[in-house]
Amino acid sequence: MPAGFISSLFVFILSAFLGIELIKRVSPLLHTPLMSLTNALDAIVVVAAIIIAGRHETRLSTILGLIAVAASFSNMVGGFVITDRMLSMFKTGKAAKKP
Amino acid sequence: MTAADTQQLIDFTYIAAAIGFILSIKWLGSPVTAKRGVIIGEIASAVAVIATLCDPQVDQYKWIIITLILGAAVGVPLGMVKMTAVPQRTALSHAFGALSAALIGIAEYYVAAPGVPRFQMAEIGLEVIIGSLTFTGSLIAAGKLQEILPQRPITYVGQNYVSLTTLAAALGLVVALVIHPEMTFLFPIMIAVALIFGIMLVTPIGGADMPTVISLLNSYAGFSASLLGFVLNNKVLIVAGALDGASGFILSVIMCKAMNRSFTNVLFGAFGQVQASAAGAKEERAVKSASPEDAAAILAAANTVVIVPGYGMAVAQAQHKVRELYDILTKKGIDVRFGIHPVAGRMPGHMNVLLAEADIPYDKMMEMDAINGDIPQTDVALVIGANDVTNPAARTDQSSPIFGMPIIDVDKARTVMVIKRSMAAGFAGIDNPLYYLDNTMMLFGDAKKFVSDIVRELSGGGH
Repeated sequence: MPAGFISSLFVFILSAFLGIELIKRVSPLLHTPLMSLTNALDAIVVVAAIIIAGRHETRLSTILGLIAVAASFSNMVGGFVITDRMLSMFKTGKAAKKP
Repeated sequence: MTAADTQQLIDFTYIAAAIGFILSIKWLGSPVTAKRGVIIGEIASAVAVIATLCDPQVDQYKWIIITLILGAAVGVPLGMVKMTAVPQRTALSHAFGALSAALIGIAEYYVAAPGVPRFQMAEIGLEVIIGSLTFTGSLIAAGKLQEILPQRPITYVGQNYVSLTTLAAALGLVVALVIHPEMTFLFPIMIAVALIFGIMLVTPIGGADMPTVISLLNSYAGFSASLLGFVLNNKVLIVAGALDGASGFILSVIMCKAMNRSFTNVLFGAFGQVQASAAGAKEERAVKSASPEDAAAILAAANTVVIVPGYGMAVAQAQHKVRELYDILTKKGIDVRFGIHPVAGRMPGHMNVLLAEADIPYDKMMEMDAINGDIPQTDVALVIGANDVTNPAARTDQSSPIFGMPIIDVDKARTVMVIKRSMAAGFAGIDNPLYYLDNTMMLFGDAKKFVSDIVRELSGGGH
């Protein structure tokens, strides 16, 4: 077992439990924005893609890394854009009254 | 600064990013703080990306910058889609997320192959399998939602055995690779099998089960990122992936509960297909139908109205007309609220987003449990494009396939009006006794047209 495994498992278990507690509290009203936001956050795999592509160890790893950079960064940008747009639409009765 | 110092600095920014992600989800919990949640999430992601670009391991930038720009160029239009297209966009983003996780795992494998340590081989194998099956599964889901592929479940005899055998084969190949790391030719076969399994997993699932499937794919996409974090020993990936995975998991549990079904039943049950045969036994019973004029008169005389929207409202693009109806009734002093079933639509929260887009205030959108207590005191329940989620058979008829599923109790309202294209059965193919009740009036027609006819009547005729 590699040295980092136990500490990784530690981090994973704690984050998963924290995630469950946090997400249970999200109002069902916002479940769609929740999904697009967590998608955008999950797109942090772009950092791993950048490293794989930037190290250019083999031609294959560089190309796969670059595709992964594009795919995950599009998720990051698109996810934040659409979450922000959706949340702008949620207004209370008072705020929705237009002049 | 030495390379080790820089690495430490990058690790600190990753910790900061992880904190940002946690706060981001915490703040999303309520509509009041949700915007702040997005901003902290954006800052955290940006900090992590910039720090990574400063990593000394990264020694060539040209192509990375080009692909980042390319990613943004694809991402922005995908972020600007119409609200009705949000379910397919979400499925597509699960596909992209899973694809990048899988590709990074594949790249890691080929850099180290054939000398991949056994433990890491197992991690990479699982990670690539989950990433690959989520990629193809999400593409199929997106295709179904975009209606490029048929929404009905596609099934054949013995399907579940074939699917499970395929999954077992993929896992068996991982075991083989762990035992014999030198047999590198098995790795692409494993990827192919996983890709095929993803297709098999989603093809038999029908449109109305999409909320569960999308949530489940969300959870897989998250866990594949987490597993990648294990492979690369990168904690920020583990945190983000675990949060995303937990979110998808919780949402799928909520969706399953809202349909009174288990995960296995959703994945292997092929609901619509099985029930279609039961619908044949439907007896002809009398229903009362009404014109837009009648409907308008009853609505105008009401004090309280609850509107129950479903996927049909989204299909007919009726949400803006529904807003006009809401405005005109509210102006008359009528209390109008919306009762939203957790599985109404094609993804969790779908109806809320559509109604919010149409400028309906969110404090008028009620959850199922919150509205059900008020329905007996409600004058009119207006069902627009929803069917199974209002079926009282779920409460009363033990032989019904949906018995036990929580529903919005519209039948308890003084008057029920149902806008529906025809008497055809809903997705589950189950007859709805609601339509034959004495207090029910059927409003036959296209949801958008019927609502605008009612609006025209209420606003005193003319154009």
